[in-house]
Amino acid sequence: MATFKEFRNNVKPNWCPGCGDFSVQAAIQRAAANVGLEPEQLAVISGIGCSGRISGYINAYGLHGIHGRSLPIAQGVKLANRELTVIASGGDGDGFAIGMGHTVHAIRRNLDVTYIVMDNQIYGLTKGQTSPRSAEGFKTKSTPEGSIETTLSPLEIALSAGATFVAQSFSSDLKQLTSLIEQGLNHKGFSLINVFSPCVTFNKINTYDWFKENIVNLEQFPDYDPSNRIAAMTKIMETNGMLTGLIYQNKERKSYEDLAAGFKQEALTKQDIKLSREDFDKLLTEFK
Amino acid sequence: MISQLSWKIGGQQGEGVESTDRIFSTALNRLGYYLYGYRHFSSRIKGGHTNNKIRISTKPIRAISDDLDILVAFDQESIDLNAGELRPGGVVVADAKFSPTIPDGVQARLFAVPITAIAEELGTSLMKNMVASGASWGLLGLPMEVFNKAVEEEFGRKGAAIVEKNVEAVRRGAEFVLEQAGGPLDEFKLEEADGKQKLFMIGNEAMALGCVAAGCRLMSAYPITPASEIMEYLIKKLPKFGGTVVQTEDEIAAVTMAIGANYAGVRTMTASAGPGLALMMEAIGLSGMTETPLLIVDTQRGGPSTGLPTKQEQSDINALIYGTHGEIPKLVVAPSTIEECFYDIIEGFNLAEQYQIPVIVATDLQLSLGKQTSEALDYDKIVINRGKLVTEELEPNEDNRLFKRYEFTEDGISPRVIPGAKHGIHHVTGVEHDQEGRPSENALNREKMMDKRLGKISNLRVTNAVKADVPNANPDLLIIAMGSTGGTIEEARARLTADGITTNQIMVRQMHPFPNELLQPHLESAKQVVVLENNATGQLANLIKQNIGYHDRIRNLLKYDGTPFLPSEIHKACKELN
Repeated sequence: MATFKEFRNNVKPNWCPGCGDFSVQAAIQRAAANVGLEPEQLAVISGIGCSGRISGYINAYGLHGIHGRSLPIAQGVKLANRELTVIASGGDGDGFAIGMGHTVHAIRRNLDVTYIVMDNQIYGLTKGQTSPRSAEGFKTKSTPEGSIETTLSPLEIALSAGATFVAQSFSSDLKQLTSLIEQGLNHKGFSLINVFSPCVTFNKINTYDWFKENIVNLEQFPDYDPSNRIAAMTKIMETNGMLTGLIYQNKERKSYEDLAAGFKQEALTKQDIKLSREDFDKLLTEFK
Repeated sequence: MISQLSWKIGGQQGEGVESTDRIFSTALNRLGYYLYGYRHFSSRIKGGHTNNKIRISTKPIRAISDDLDILVAFDQESIDLNAGELRPGGVVVADAKFSPTIPDGVQARLFAVPITAIAEELGTSLMKNMVASGASWGLLGLPMEVFNKAVEEEFGRKGAAIVEKNVEAVRRGAEFVLEQAGGPLDEFKLEEADGKQKLFMIGNEAMALGCVAAGCRLMSAYPITPASEIMEYLIKKLPKFGGTVVQTEDEIAAVTMAIGANYAGVRTMTASAGPGLALMMEAIGLSGMTETPLLIVDTQRGGPSTGLPTKQEQSDINALIYGTHGEIPKLVVAPSTIEECFYDIIEGFNLAEQYQIPVIVATDLQLSLGKQTSEALDYDKIVINRGKLVTEELEPNEDNRLFKRYEFTEDGISPRVIPGAKHGIHHVTGVEHDQEGRPSENALNREKMMDKRLGKISNLRVTNAVKADVPNANPDLLIIAMGSTGGTIEEARARLTADGITTNQIMVRQMHPFPNELLQPHLESAKQVVVLENNATGQLANLIKQNIGYHDRIRNLLKYDGTPFLPSEIHKACKELN
């Protein structure tokens, strides 16, 4: 069995010292080992942005695609080989701005993919513009007078889009984050894990200290039932989206792969693709 | 006895024009006739004039005819709009309900049949299309049992009672008109067909069938006219082979999902038309940059923007060749017959994997939707070649290095391993990268990688990249075209030959990389060259001028009103040029 060290490679990340993404990377490596994966059984598909580089920093199959499209690529990988474990990953701009359409529909589709968003409320790689996750009034290079758009709530959107697994964590809480990623990997369907991952260079508001002060850990509520969708929505709204932990999980709903009529249980990659003469003749009869 | 005739049915959209056409042509196909159909329709579901035209022949035909022999009309509008096409002595079969009249100046014989009345008498006006088709079938004097068999198949799932009623509707329609006409019309008596079993399908079905034959097991797509039939066919068939079709949220998701699945090792395609292709452009660059195989079908329709979504055009050529930012290797193929639609898809999947590139198969609306006879498709020509796909077990890499997915090789094509393989781990990125797939801004590496990617297709030629019918050493006229126009050109050429004008014809099938060396000798030997295409700016002609030259010899023959060329239009234009 592989240890988390086997999910490391010799590439030095180009993230700034202190970036939250280092911890997310470590949590993915630990979770992958903890659920018993070998490196070649994992595919990490990432988007564009600082966090999008993560697929290159984990010793596993990795594809660093185009901005906002990690989810459709990841879903394609999973459909082709459902025996692979597939993680999609990227930033809040990647998943909630340019890629929001895919996020909502990946949630609805419920393919067995774990989506980890590194949410820093800012555009870092382009050196500091507003993100859909920025607070109203947040001043950036593109919003010198402060953001005048409503902050987007991915957790509420996920729940209303029919998510079967919604969690949120904080990059500093490696233990909780690792555990949530493990649960996401074991969940049979789409899992969204939004991770507060502070940008130490361009976001001077949502800092590590700020998160520590404002985060509400669901552990405080021993009676909280993550299978109750209404309670989950209420808790998100009550905490203004600042809660962490497993917020909602529906273990009943089958994944897309299991619902698609005729879809093979075995990886499609293992199939002999040559059509038999008999099957070909049968297909032709419809056109006679 | 005649060897060919043209039949058209017209009415309001949603009135049964489609199903009538389907039954009528299925029956003709069973009798062994060669057929070629044309659908005139609008981008709406119910209402609005629509018509389907079928050309019926005892010999192979690949073109719409100039004129019309029989018009079946559900309303006066269908007569008013289409009677002009009728040749002198043609026939109109129309519903007596609206007291049909033939417009002044049209010499046609009218059969007013109480179509609606008979249908209502039998229970429902819905069956009026069966009464009408029965009437026109009757006039042709073709065997009734073949027609009834087709009716039975169309309505079989609705139960025996419904089938029986429809068969009765057909019989009553035929009976009424034959009494009026005094029997089948002698001038429409078709020679017997060769009786050989043929295939009758639209280009989209031929391509979708090609996908199944090529081992494609996944499709991700967004509905669009005129491509949707491909996904509709594959969602019926792929589950039988363990695969599926995903209807995505947009074309960007469609193409990127296909890239993900191809990266993971399963032949996956998407299909769209101009607006969708425009959205896919960035991702096509990702496929080129990461050397991930990809197959896209573009069913060209009238552009730009929403343009003419249900009309014929060939105006995506520039976009397909030059689209996407930066410079990538890609292959653009344009099938010119229904059979090529099938074989090109199989070859396209092979070449996408052999060269690790995006392949675009570009049809046009008439080729995609025109229902027509296909020659038998040959199982033995279905060959699968997955190129340098590594299937054997790999040795561990030295010093924990990654698998060299982008290894520099003599032919520029690197071994490709798919996720899941032990010791095959490598990185894939749209960022410029080194041989292991790691991001690299090294100037020397950049040059070598660009040369590797762009160089690997320099000698790539598809089967019949240029399809030449060149009987004359120095023709008066060389006609060059692409897509569905070939059959129409052939008919025009027969008329030009009769006028004493010698012609050669070339269908360009490989649009990119452009097959200069295959085309140039034919340009050299021709006195004059006409490049015929359904667009306003002469995109194919410009490609030829840019790549080969002969600016002074090349003339444009362009049509961009949304309708396909007719043989008479090509004949007239070529005659005037000469």
